[in-house]
Amino acid sequence: MRYQLGIVGGGPAGMMAALIGDRFGIKTILIDDNPALGGQLIKQTHKFFGSKDHYCGYRGFQIGSILREEIAKSKVEVITSATVTGIYPGFILGLHHKERYQEVGCDAVIVATGAKEKFLIFENNDLPGVYGAGAVQTLMNVYGVFPGRRALMIGSGNIGLIVTYQLLQAGVEVPFLVEILPEIGGWFVHAAKIARAGTRILTSHTIISALGEEEVEGAVIAKVDDQFHPVSGSEVTIDVDLICLAVGLSPLSDLLWQVGCRMEFIPELGGYLAWHNERMETTVPGLYVAGDVAGIEEATTAMLEGKVAAISAVSHLLGPSDELSAMQREIIRELDDLRSGDFSQVVSRGLRRLYDRP
Amino acid sequence: MSARISKGYITHHPIIEFKRGKKVKFFFEGQVLEGYEGEPIAAALHANGIKVLSYSVRYQRPRGFFCAVGKCASCLMEVDGRENVMVCMEPLREGMRVRRQRR
Repeated sequence: MRYQLGIVGGGPAGMMAALIGDRFGIKTILIDDNPALGGQLIKQTHKFFGSKDHYCGYRGFQIGSILREEIAKSKVEVITSATVTGIYPGFILGLHHKERYQEVGCDAVIVATGAKEKFLIFENNDLPGVYGAGAVQTLMNVYGVFPGRRALMIGSGNIGLIVTYQLLQAGVEVPFLVEILPEIGGWFVHAAKIARAGTRILTSHTIISALGEEEVEGAVIAKVDDQFHPVSGSEVTIDVDLICLAVGLSPLSDLLWQVGCRMEFIPELGGYLAWHNERMETTVPGLYVAGDVAGIEEATTAMLEGKVAAISAVSHLLGPSDELSAMQREIIRELDDLRSGDFSQVVSRGLRRLYDRP
Repeated sequence: MSARISKGYITHHPIIEFKRGKKVKFFFEGQVLEGYEGEPIAAALHANGIKVLSYSVRYQRPRGFFCAVGKCASCLMEVDGRENVMVCMEPLREGMRVRRQRR
């Protein structure tokens, strides 16, 4: 089977890219390793901010459903429960699907594989009950499984703050959130909500160890000094059966390494990612990136990057046009606006560093 | 915030309405457990209070899941005789035989 456009990853970036491809009559295939499209949107219960164009006021999982329905109405071909294991010369995508290996040929490819959770070093960090914050979200918000009685959240970025609130909504006690930096990382509005609900946010604190033999039965937390070293004597043992790590994400860039994209290490964007410009073009002609794999941000920017990448792919396939470049410039402007706030300073600095590398 | 919990599952949630498959029986280490068809095996095990999915090869350290999205490989189990099944992604079916792998 041959397609004009192959999209790897059916989250916000990939779904949006597929819809743009389809709008221009491009024969598009969208591949995802989960049983259903939606990526991480399916577990996001918080309402989005921004403008009407960016689904403001909708909850993440509702945005996922809207996009999924639009894709169902389109001509986009969808394969779920399929893992792309490699991208080979001529843009042949190797697929592991239903216990079989298959190949799909494409003329252009968008990689929108998202991100994976970062881990943290502490004693007993391998005990069952130490979970990524995203994993806990999946467990409780998608499958309705009660994740634990009392939780310790580690990290006060927006994910840590939002998932703490979601744990409280699900009936889990969250007595403490520890943050190693002296300041809360995420938005004040989210922090205020959990503080009102009774969670103590301890800045300049970290986890020392998880306690338990077979699974988490407690944790030791401590204050840190300005060099981030634990202050001896400040250790406190707390009673928890769940430890959630919300210490950041890194791009899932394995396919981009494999395909031979030039990779850059940009800590502000989460680690190694494929070099790309603001049109989401990588160093491999005809191959584009979008969403968290192109630098860790959030779903609104991922959707816009999906559009930008798709327009680049359409120009590559059908030839450039004034209409396409005007449309793309407009979306790039929207992205710039979204990134102009204080909270996007780090991302913006990372992107500048990336774009500045020739 | 008024969630209600029953047998490891959230039965009432302030925002989310869970659409679950039909109740099915499955086996874990020979023991009969119940879960919902289509949910990941790891979710059904967790709801049944089973967090240890395997023991590490060299030091026999207990292993649970970590990422729940098929990326970390911490949840590999034996399912119906097949080894190395990522149980955080594999949907539960009636009568499945799930075991901790030993090697």
